[in-house]
Amino acid sequence: MSLNTLTIAAARDALKKREVTSVELTEACLTAIDAADALNAFVHKTPEIALERARAADARLQAGEAPAMCGIPVGIKDLFCTEGVPSQAASNILKGFRPEYESTVSAQLRDAGAVMLGKLNMDEFAMGSSNESSCYGNAVNPWRRGNDATPLTPGGSSGGSASAVAADLCLGATGTDTGGSIRQPAAFTGTVGIKPTYGRCSRWGIVAFASSLDQAGPMTKTVRDAAIMLGAMVGHDPKDSTSADIPVPDFEAALTGDIRGKTIGIPREYRMDGMPEEIEKLWSDGTAMLKDAGARITDISLPHTKYALPAYYVIAPAEASSNLARYDGVRYGHRAKLAPGDGITEMYEKTRAEGFGPEVQRRVMVGTYVLSAGFYDAYYNRARRVRALIKRDFDEAFAAGVDAILTPATPSSAFGLGEMADADPVAMYLNDVFTVTVNLAGLPGISVPTGLDSRGLPLGLQLIGKPWGEADLLNTAQVLETAAGFVSKPQKWW
Amino acid sequence: MSTIDIETARRVAKLARIRVPDENLPQLAEQLSGILSFMEQLNEVDVTGIEPMTSVTPMRLKRRPDGVTDGNIQDRILKNAPDAREGFFAVPKVVE
Repeated sequence: MSLNTLTIAAARDALKKREVTSVELTEACLTAIDAADALNAFVHKTPEIALERARAADARLQAGEAPAMCGIPVGIKDLFCTEGVPSQAASNILKGFRPEYESTVSAQLRDAGAVMLGKLNMDEFAMGSSNESSCYGNAVNPWRRGNDATPLTPGGSSGGSASAVAADLCLGATGTDTGGSIRQPAAFTGTVGIKPTYGRCSRWGIVAFASSLDQAGPMTKTVRDAAIMLGAMVGHDPKDSTSADIPVPDFEAALTGDIRGKTIGIPREYRMDGMPEEIEKLWSDGTAMLKDAGARITDISLPHTKYALPAYYVIAPAEASSNLARYDGVRYGHRAKLAPGDGITEMYEKTRAEGFGPEVQRRVMVGTYVLSAGFYDAYYNRARRVRALIKRDFDEAFAAGVDAILTPATPSSAFGLGEMADADPVAMYLNDVFTVTVNLAGLPGISVPTGLDSRGLPLGLQLIGKPWGEADLLNTAQVLETAAGFVSKPQKWW
Repeated sequence: MSTIDIETARRVAKLARIRVPDENLPQLAEQLSGILSFMEQLNEVDVTGIEPMTSVTPMRLKRRPDGVTDGNIQDRILKNAPDAREGFFAVPKVVE
């Protein structure tokens, strides 16, 4: 067995016992990465940094007392600023940008001894569900429809992270999730992805998309790995005033496998018209698994679910239009070549037209429109009111005794790259239909692979937890993972 | 249902400081109209008496003393600038 196929938990245990070194693990991953250019998952490779950190981790492990992530090779989404290493949010507007600082989350991983292998592909500014808006070209899903060689999307926006973890190029990866960008790609690649409660991870140093919705989280091969890696990413940060100053539980210790007496809610509004039968069956099978494990199953209603997507597509672009105003060609990144006589307005307009891709331009303009005088109340304030109602739906379900909510993660399995190219932008937005409510309500949500569709592609279920209830949520997710017994891996073709 | 006409699309692009060539304005107007009509589902919701959400997690933001915590890093601030001269960000002439 190659070392790059290990889970974080197995690698950690082997490192502790000195059966393997971090340098060996890291070299195995670097070899796998170099052989996987066809996946286009790693877009900036950092082998020198990786080996230097691996050697330092080995020294720390030798000395004893090393934290759980010490010596574990991971990939970092391109949205995280990493000191001295290109960090461009998959956008041409940040071409050449090398931050002078490190994001809090990646700094915490680094300080815990984790080994950065490189930066991972994504949708431009995390805006997309297929990785096709990346300035690097799309990442590719290691999974295929049986013997059909049609290239499939790994999902988005954290598509490079999902592809890399599924293909064993790294043991875990960071992702970020604004409307489903961790959970949808995890579901499309047979991996685990958790978006923690809003405020659990610091957003400092992560390129901002929609600040009231963005959260970082781990993408891993197992629920246990998600618990281990999440533990190293979370915590209060004075540099992000929205990061919560509350105790961080031991997530791994919460994995008891016992969910007897827990109440699982099944929201009827998530049963969409035209939902594929396979997804329907996946969901009812998952429900039965939790019931068999001793949970109580109850039907619940989240009446405003239908309005989550339209509310999201007002709020997220509004915040994006404001956040992305900083890309003006003055302080960092791309500046357009100017014609004689061009002034500062021409510089802004040309720079942003050249630097932003079509989807980012569209969202910035939608955001500009809904925030403009005369429309602010009709669109933006109304969407924020609907958001309050969506959160209230969840609050009421939890107050009635529900511990977690089970839903499908996505409305379909991975689709073909290019298949949505001619579709209306709104059709692509429907990918987020089951995940976006969780961001609007600030809740933790996890996607767990639980089955394959008729073409052999992975499908995932989503569990939604109470605010700050990641420990409990991970425990329930692990029970589901164990019962589903999902062990399939993509056939290597790359 | 509101639709975005070509003039409105031009105005939005201007406000967003993104240059959109004239020939692309009709398609932009059509796409923005599609997105806006999708948003108009929100008009079905009764929001009487509901305050717009300002913070998803009820918490008081942390306070800190208003003090200088770093500085003297001019070279690092300017390092990624497309055009930096004599310790400043350089831009085209703004005032005559």
